[in-house]
Amino acid sequence: MKNNSRRGFMGKAFGAVAGVGAVASLYAMKRSWDPLPSVKAAGFTTLDMSQYKENELVVEKWRGKPIFVLKQSKEMLESYDKNMSQITGKSTAEMDKKRLIKVGDDYFLICVGLCTHLGCIPGYNPDEKSFLCACHGGMYDDTGMVTKSPPPRGLDIPPFKVDGMKVVLGETSPEYEKMLADGITLKV
Amino acid sequence: MAHFTKATSLHDWLNQRLGIDTLNRVLATEYWIPKNINFLWAMGMILAITFGLLLISGIFLLMYYQPNIDLAFDSVNYTIMQEVGYGWLWRHVHGVAASVVFLIIYIHMFTGIYYGSYKKGREMIWISGMLLFVAFSAEAFSGYMLPWGQMSYWAGMVITNLFSMGGLHLDGLVEWIRGDYVPAQAFLNRFFMLHVLLIPLAIIGLIGLHFGALRIPHVNNQDGEEIDFDAEAKKYLAGDKANSKVIRFMNDFLAKDMMVVGIFLILFFYLVFYHYDFAMDPVNFDPANGLKTPTHIYPEWYFLWSYEILRPFSTNVGLIAFAFAQVIFFLLPFLDRSPNAVPASRRGLFKYWFWAMLIDMIILTAMGKVPPEGIFSAIGFYAAITFIGLWIALPFITKFEKKV
Amino acid sequence: MKELFILVVVTVFTLVTYYLVEPFAHSQMHKHVESEGFTYKDLPALTKKGDATRGKDLVMGAGACAGCHSIEVAGLPAPMDPVTAAQSYGVNPPDLSNAGVVFDAKFLAALIKNPAHALMLEHKYNEKSGKSYPMPQFYGAGGDMDQEVADMVAYLQSIAVPQEKLTPNMAFETACGRCHAVHYPYALDGEIHAPWTQIGEKPTFKHKQDELAFETKVLDYQDALTKYLGTLPPDLSMYIRSRGEHYIKTFMEDPQAYLKGTAMPRVGVTAEAADKVIEHLENVGDSKRHKREEIGKYVMIYIIIFAIFAILWKKEVWRDLH
Repeated sequence: MKNNSRRGFMGKAFGAVAGVGAVASLYAMKRSWDPLPSVKAAGFTTLDMSQYKENELVVEKWRGKPIFVLKQSKEMLESYDKNMSQITGKSTAEMDKKRLIKVGDDYFLICVGLCTHLGCIPGYNPDEKSFLCACHGGMYDDTGMVTKSPPPRGLDIPPFKVDGMKVVLGETSPEYEKMLADGITLKV
Repeated sequence: MAHFTKATSLHDWLNQRLGIDTLNRVLATEYWIPKNINFLWAMGMILAITFGLLLISGIFLLMYYQPNIDLAFDSVNYTIMQEVGYGWLWRHVHGVAASVVFLIIYIHMFTGIYYGSYKKGREMIWISGMLLFVAFSAEAFSGYMLPWGQMSYWAGMVITNLFSMGGLHLDGLVEWIRGDYVPAQAFLNRFFMLHVLLIPLAIIGLIGLHFGALRIPHVNNQDGEEIDFDAEAKKYLAGDKANSKVIRFMNDFLAKDMMVVGIFLILFFYLVFYHYDFAMDPVNFDPANGLKTPTHIYPEWYFLWSYEILRPFSTNVGLIAFAFAQVIFFLLPFLDRSPNAVPASRRGLFKYWFWAMLIDMIILTAMGKVPPEGIFSAIGFYAAITFIGLWIALPFITKFEKKV
Repeated sequence: MKELFILVVVTVFTLVTYYLVEPFAHSQMHKHVESEGFTYKDLPALTKKGDATRGKDLVMGAGACAGCHSIEVAGLPAPMDPVTAAQSYGVNPPDLSNAGVVFDAKFLAALIKNPAHALMLEHKYNEKSGKSYPMPQFYGAGGDMDQEVADMVAYLQSIAVPQEKLTPNMAFETACGRCHAVHYPYALDGEIHAPWTQIGEKPTFKHKQDELAFETKVLDYQDALTKYLGTLPPDLSMYIRSRGEHYIKTFMEDPQAYLKGTAMPRVGVTAEAADKVIEHLENVGDSKRHKREEIGKYVMIYIIIFAIFAILWKKEVWRDLH
């Protein structure tokens, strides 16, 4: 019986070596589940901003998700300022168009068209200039800000980069980083 | 209702409900194996490990493989081999393991034949083992269809054509097997089902039967000695391990198995990474084309001996010879008329029969691969005749064998 | 000792079977063609030293090359779009920007003088068949033809990228890309390359109609090519695995040696360009080879350690059993 402790050791040592192999295999298995490079590469969409019309919602696609593109008219911009002043108490002049993206001389709402409540696609009413989500009645204004619960936050804004008259979704930029820092949107 | 007491530990709790202590004794620590064995006795464990490798690599291939005739080839050769993280590793492991498993099966089979491990109560082990061979063959064939390369398509075409049964012209049967006039979408999909679900289930069931058939007769030994397992077990348990003729399955037999497995895996992984063309034939890297036959069509190496028995004869005779070859190995326990369950070296003419059979099958294998021309077709013809002759001779050779 | 003997017997039978089934059988099935190292021994050596300036005048002038060939790097666009060109000539005449670095100088000279001969297509284009090769022979500009041809070749070499700048992709597109598609995209150094069609890399399209229009163009080109060659040249995505480096190189050197009567021309690449073509085919068909070799090293080291520990465990367990 005096061999028992030595014997136990070698068996345990062999088990440990086998374990190393098992862990390495588990790593390879995990990597096999990773999204494929072609999927990750398709994660960029380029939008030509010159083709959109004011107050006409166009739905694009980015990473399989619907993207709302809504060009703001002067009326919409002015009402935005008025609303934000009422809610925040700040003057219209002080208001940055925080949720909007400036391309050339125009302002656009570019956001993920999925309700931040449980993910249905809200519908846009151009006369009311508001979004209504049919699933649970949540509402957003024409800048994607929540005006009626249950959505917990405004429509999310995807990473974007303005390049002349084009916007590339999926790439980041200082403007997008500022939106994240200011809490305008969560990372999508 | 059985009587349950308050458990003293987790082990005790499980033991009262599942009988794990008894299971552990019966299947592991007191499953007595003869000590007088050599490394060939580890082939069973190697087969289990290789089957495990096939299952696991198969699972990851299954995540990305597309069983559609327009997508299958690229899902394997682009997506899995070049896009999926370590996809190439799973495919190489799967292809090499599928080929190597048959080498081990043949070594395992011929070990059984040599040592007489198919006789005297071990007939069901042999028969369940032969059924496993058939199941593995079906699994290999169905699997080979899946990459939908040129060899996949034309092997599928040729082998399903066999079912027309030559002169019987059962073309309707061939169409029914394919689900179409030629190997096409229906064919690919149903062989996918067979490969991924039905045959693996059958294999797992047959492995259970194979292990079960082994338990009562016990594992054989190098001298064919009939061991009194109870007496030898008593000796072992009393402490006289060196003089006992038996060892425990766990850890004694297992430790020796793992040593052989370790050396096997060195060879295996060398093949996976550096030498895999024998298992992944270049012809199958051409996408399937129903309008162009490859210059040379041949099955995977482990089917070649069987293929060569079919080839030299006219259609109907060849089919009969082929059917004979598939079935005859099952009958070994009953064609061998001698009561001697000892190694072939001690069995007179049977010794020569064994080596002649082994060499003949290697010759058939070689001739099955080369083009059936000139001297090769002649050698193949005589090797096929020899094969049939050896089996016909077996009952006579063994009937007159001196009792050992 | 008995066990060692058994191991030797099993090993010997296994190796004999392997030898017969693999190296031996394959040697019986496929003839072995020796490479001539892209030396083009059958073509005459260049005797004259070429002058690139004179060559440029000839290429633009009497050579009339720009009548069919674009030379992008010299600002000469193609006279026709690829599909129309293929429908007129059978195949799209190649752009000549890199011809000087991809193709062998001797070969180019021979090609200019007698295309069907240099391309080894005289079995198809000869007096008896009455067919003439789409590219006409150069009958000289009035002076010493050998000098003129050498000048033209020198010009082509002068405008081509230097050897070090020739990427595998460029070599492939110049040497093979007008007849062979490669529909596998591939990534190299972080850059993703789209599938290659005979009319160029497939762009991404926003609208399905545009994508279908492009694919129709490809099919029209392929129809013209099939009519010209008798069959559509195969997609080369997996050729590095189905044929291997040696076969591809020797096939490029002399297609007739493997497929007598084939419509595939001798390619005429330099040895360096051939290596680049092979590298491109590896990037497309065997892109994980480096990973495989790297991981293979680690796995072999690990599995040897595994086996050593297994042996040590066995020795421990069996110490009191023997």
